[in-house]
Amino acid sequence: MSIVKIPIANVLACAMMALFVIALSEAALAAAEVGGDARQLLSKSCTGCHSIDVPKAASQTVQEKMQRKGPPLHYAGHKYQSAWLTQWLQNPQRITPSGGAYWANTVIVTDEGDEIDEDKLQNHIVVNKADAELLGQFLSSLKPYPALIAPNEFSPKKVNSLFAKKDFRKFKGCSACHRDTPDFGGVSGPELYTAMNRLKPSFVASYIKNPTAWDPRSIMPNKGLNDVSIQKLMNYLHQIKRKKNKESE
Amino acid sequence: MNVRKTLIPLFFLIMPLSAIAADQSDATGKQLYQLYCSQCHGMEGDGFGVNSYDMDIAPRDHTDTGEMAARTDEDFFKVIKFGGKAIDKSVLMPDWGGNMSDEEINLVVIYLREICCAESE
Repeated sequence: MSIVKIPIANVLACAMMALFVIALSEAALAAAEVGGDARQLLSKSCTGCHSIDVPKAASQTVQEKMQRKGPPLHYAGHKYQSAWLTQWLQNPQRITPSGGAYWANTVIVTDEGDEIDEDKLQNHIVVNKADAELLGQFLSSLKPYPALIAPNEFSPKKVNSLFAKKDFRKFKGCSACHRDTPDFGGVSGPELYTAMNRLKPSFVASYIKNPTAWDPRSIMPNKGLNDVSIQKLMNYLHQIKRKKNKESE
Repeated sequence: MNVRKTLIPLFFLIMPLSAIAADQSDATGKQLYQLYCSQCHGMEGDGFGVNSYDMDIAPRDHTDTGEMAARTDEDFFKVIKFGGKAIDKSVLMPDWGGNMSDEEINLVVIYLREICCAESE
């Protein structure tokens, strides 16, 4: 009778592999559970105003845009910083002065010009900590457009404050729709003085470069900026974020 | 039946139709104007849009027949597609060529003529 000798190292390797597979399965199961619970929660509380599944191209029309009640979330994982999402859901603050969806929903015509009707502005629901963590984790996993995100990381560079502000406001004309301080700029776009706390830099760069690739009926124009121009704008957003954070400390 | 003989003419019949369908907008000129233009030029096109208050240069009043009649449809098309810089005007007027097709821009131009000049015609 012959005895097959199995080296102890092989046995250990097999055992470790088995443990790894079990751990992986448990992690996958846990993720699926989180995903399932989060989906249930989203269906109950969020999908009335937000998209979480990638919409069909043909459905992304002007009419659909005008009927939106909240921003699309089906690419939230590319867009938002995960920690910010979880915190914001527990303490939501208004990001777009005219509301979070189609800007004209809250605007009225007056004798002095068009104005935001404060009565039409709706506050976002407050989410408890456990649900916010669940939702934050799930939303951060929604990344359907990896090809739109550049692989290189954003590394902020120093900027001349005055020139950068002039570049943002006058040369690029961003302040037509966006605010870089709480009291200056347009109101149809999201405020940008906390943008770099909220958004992933890779998303900001990609969205400036090609907004309609993300949202076919985006009201953000494509100004044909090159990477250097985009980097300069992002340096400015980074600078005003730091200033704003210092003010609130 | 010769399938190839049937399908080839059918292909050439369908191709132009699908090209037309791709060019067609899902919106009217008025809706496109409301979505993209009214935020600065106003819900009624009078230049008092909700974004206009902090601007150094006021958005154009599209209901002013005198000002608008001096501009050609080509001027309108150019400024919408390529932005204010294309006609030596403010960069606060962005280029909308990435958001609207040429056909859609033409719909907006037709709408502009309606709101500026329909009554005077």
